This record gives sequence, structure tokens and C-alpha cells, in this order.
Amino acid sequence: MLTINNLSVHYGGIHALKGINLEVPQNKIVTLIGANGAGKSSTLKSIMGLAKASGGSIKFNGEDIVNKPTTNMVSKGLVLVPEGRRVFSNLTVEENLFLGAYLRKNKEEITKDLNWVYELFPRLKERVWQKAGTLSGGEQQMLAVGRALMSKPKLLMMDEPSLGLAPLIVKDIFGIIKEIHRNGMTILLIEQNAKAALEVADYGYVLETGSITLEGPGKELMVNDEVQKAYLGEHK
Amino acid sequence: MKREKVIQSLISIAAVIILLVILNKVLTPFQARIFNLGGIYIILAISMNLINGFVGLFSLGHAGFMAVGAYTSALLTMSREAKEMNFFLEPIVPWLLDVQLPFPIAIIIGGLMAALAAALIGAPVLRLNDDYLAIATLGFSEIIRVIFTNTQSLTNGALGLKGLPYIGVTDSPKEAIWWIWGLVIITIVFMVLLINSTYGRAFKAIREDEIAAEAMGINLFKHKMMAFIIGSFFAGIGGALLGHYMNTIDPLLFRYLLTFNIILIVVLGGIGSITSSVISAIVVTIAQELLRVLDGKMQIGSLIINGVPGTRMVVFSALLMLVILFYQRGLMGTNEFSWSWFKKLPFKTKKAKIS
Repeated sequence: MLTINNLSVHYGGIHALKGINLEVPQNKIVTLIGANGAGKSSTLKSIMGLAKASGGSIKFNGEDIVNKPTTNMVSKGLVLVPEGRRVFSNLTVEENLFLGAYLRKNKEEITKDLNWVYELFPRLKERVWQKAGTLSGGEQQMLAVGRALMSKPKLLMMDEPSLGLAPLIVKDIFGIIKEIHRNGMTILLIEQNAKAALEVADYGYVLETGSITLEGPGKELMVNDEVQKAYLGEHK
Repeated sequence: MKREKVIQSLISIAAVIILLVILNKVLTPFQARIFNLGGIYIILAISMNLINGFVGLFSLGHAGFMAVGAYTSALLTMSREAKEMNFFLEPIVPWLLDVQLPFPIAIIIGGLMAALAAALIGAPVLRLNDDYLAIATLGFSEIIRVIFTNTQSLTNGALGLKGLPYIGVTDSPKEAIWWIWGLVIITIVFMVLLINSTYGRAFKAIREDEIAAEAMGINLFKHKMMAFIIGSFFAGIGGALLGHYMNTIDPLLFRYLLTFNIILIVVLGGIGSITSSVISAIVVTIAQELLRVLDGKMQIGSLIINGVPGTRMVVFSALLMLVILFYQRGLMGTNEFSWSWFKKLPFKTKKAKIS
């Protein structure tokens, strides 16, 4: 569904991505793990057109989308749940969700998806009229995911959904990711929490200072020695 | 539910119209003047609130767009004789000499010219953010003023224009209230509809978080331009009304101080609320007149203070500082007037009686 070939990103003199190859097949969860500054967010930003790629190609369903405007990405079905949630804090939960459907016109379908999101996150339904800024961190993350779902994505990209959340809430969030996946969503997940991410992922890539150093099915990476050393803590 | 809201809005408008009929009979000419000035400030404050409050663009260019509107409308409505009398240093450009349009058309063209200026200025300037945007728009508004000071044959330069026609199509001063407050109602209705539309939601999203808004597929530049142009259109109309109402305009009137007067109204009321701009505009305009006492000679006990003109503005400056330091949400915050307030009131008292 999404194929990245030899993608490079420069920020001025800094070579943030040094030609990475990545593939996200239909109906799979693919995860990209790595430490701070490895280039995870840069990958997402260049897919979304928020950062300019200096080389390589990004193909979405066969169509080249490298360096296209972000607005077009959303209408094509590529949707990003941004890092740090970034909900519109002075707007109500409902307004936030409607903003997710900003580019859609069909009112019936929007209402249908709204109900689906409320089914998925009953907590949000309880707080429809509350301002998003008054929600807890976990609820804000749910709102950010719900908002992204409202734009009817074909590929949902999540940038560190577990960032700054308590372990129990992280578990909830990953449960939701699995649930959305069961509904047939293709997901590209970017995480520092390697354990949680690899547990849900079908396939994983390990990114280190701008290059992919390891890849393989999630379960295999979990038991890989190098991954264990670097991200999961050494064996006792 | 929706029909109920439409009916409520119509009742509100009818109530305002009845109020206007009464006020037009009761008010003395001086009081009517303040009331009408308040109306003009409402239009200006709402238009600035759209740009600064709802989209969150810190723009300080309002006075410039008002100048464009005021001059356009003035030049389009003045008679040939009036123009010849004004332009005694250098004759007016010939193609403008014989142009004389009815007042309503002229102010709309004034608004459109201001919108055009906004489109030209906005294209480069709206790529900037925060303080940089404020500085750039402030600069552009001063540039407009300086241009108007120096185009002698088009705007009569520093001499300004005198003897602008009165507001309205007849010479009756009682007509002004209808034009001004009619436009106030139109502006409010338009802005409420705009803010509650999908566009309005997108505006607020941009104000809250540009990156998230962009990730939702909102075209930032397009929406910023739209708000900037619409806001400037109403600023142009407000400027034109102000010019006609004062009968005389000159470039010095449109200094950045005028922009700050409107910012004062918007901030005191609450950034991001139409209702607050309306209330605040009226309160500030009336207070400015009431506080004129401070400008005159005062005797406190044995202490005699000789009046210093402008002392009353110190009160507003202090008030503005207090609001910014201690009560940033202003009078109303982002709340809006709604009929459901009144529904709640009797409901509560009834419940209290039962229990």
C-alpha cells in the first residue's frame, strides 16, 4: 500500500534520513522503532509532505506522493495522528471530531463514523461538550485517534501514541490500536516504546541515526538480541 | 431545534430594531452621536476579532484598511464642487472629478478596496507568524498612511478631505442610526454564520494548533487569507462610516493609535467572542465620553489639577494592563450570548421553589 524507496531528508546541513526503504502492506500494522533523533518523525513528516524529501520516492497505492502538499495527502487517505496529541484544546470534543472530517462532504457518512468513534471510545461520548484541553492525557490521545479516524483514512499513521502516558493507559491505547486494526485499518506506528509496539505489529523496522538497521516480523524482533540490548533492556 | 434558533434570532433582530426606533426618538443629538460611534466601533471590533481572535493572527493593520475604505468612499460620494474646493493646492486627477455614487454603493466599494489591499498585503505577510506578522502588518498600515499623505492629487495629501456627505441618502441626521446599526446587524449575522460554519471551525483549529490543523487537511494559507480579506472588508466599511460620520478625514486620523483603540475594545471584551466585542465597543465609547471630566480642570480638596488633554486615555491604558495581567479572558472570554441563558434563569428559580 505504501512503499518508500531510498528516502532522504536533509534539515540544512543535517542528514536526517539516509536513504531508507520501507513497506506497509494492506491491512497490516507496521512499526518503526528507534531512539530519539533516529529519524522516525522525519519519516512521517516527509510522507505527509510536512518535511521536504531531498531524494527517493514515496508511493501510495502506486502513485508517487513525494513532496506533495499536505492537504492532498489527507484527501488521498493518509492521515497522521501527530506527536504529542495536539488536540484543539479550546474546542469541544465534538468540534475536534468534526474537524477530522473537514475535507468530507457526505453528512450521513460523517454521522455514521462519528457514532463508530463514540462506540470505540465511550469515554469521549461522555465528554462531547467538554473542552478538549480539560481531558486527561489518555483521553486526549483517544480524541486524537478518533479525530484521525473521522477523516476516513486508508492508512493511519501514529507518531508516538504512548508518549507521556501512564503504563496502564498505554495498554489501553494499544488495545485500541488492535481494535482499529481488526476493523480493517492499515497502520504505520512509530514508537519509542519498542515492547508495546512490537507486540501489536505484524512487521517492524528499527531505525538508527537515519538508516534502517534491522527489520523483520514483530515477534522475531522481540527476541532479537540487538533489539533486546538497545530497547528492551538486557537479559538478566 | 434549528428552527427555534432562527426564530430566536429573528426576535432578537426585531427587538434591536424596536430599540433603535425608541432611541432615535429619545436620544439627544449628542447622545445619538456617541451611540452611533459605538455602532461603528462594533463593526471595527468584530472585524478585528475575526482576524485576531478567531484565526489567531496577530495583525495590527486595521487602521490602514480603514483608511482605504474611508478615502475610497469619500472620493466616490463627494460632489464635483466639494472636490474642487478641497483640492486647491493641486487639482484632483481628472477621472475622479465627476464621479459621484450613492452612499450605499460607495461604502461597499470602499470595503472591497480594503479587501483588495488586504489580498495584496496578505499574500506575502500571512506566511509570517506571531510577532513578525504584527510588525509587518503594522508597517504596511503605516505605508498606506504615508502613501495617502503624499498622493496630493488623489487624496489631497496631509490636508485631508473636508465636507464628506452625511451618512444616508437624504440630509437628515436621524437617518445615520439606521445605516450604521443596520450594518452592525448585518456584520453580526454574517460573522455568527461564518464562525459557526465549517470555515469557522477551521479558523479556530488554526488558532489552536497550526500543525494539527494542517494534518487535518486544512489549507492554512487559504483560510488565513480568507479571514484576513473578510476582516479587512468590514474594516473598510467601518472606516468609510467613520469618515462620513465625522465629515472630515485626514491621514493622521488613521495612525496606529486607531488600531490600538480597537485592540483595546477587543481585549477588554474578550478575544474570540462576538458578543464581547459588541458590549465592549459600546461601553468603551461611552466611557471615553464620560471620562472627559478627567481632561478638564479638577479640584480635589485644596489640590487643583489643571487639565491635561488625554488624561482619560490613561484610565484605559491602566485598565488594559490590568486585564492582560490578571484577567486575560476579558469580559466574556470566548462565550457568546444565547437565548438559553434566559431559559435557564426562570427554570432555576422554579426548581428552587419546588424544593
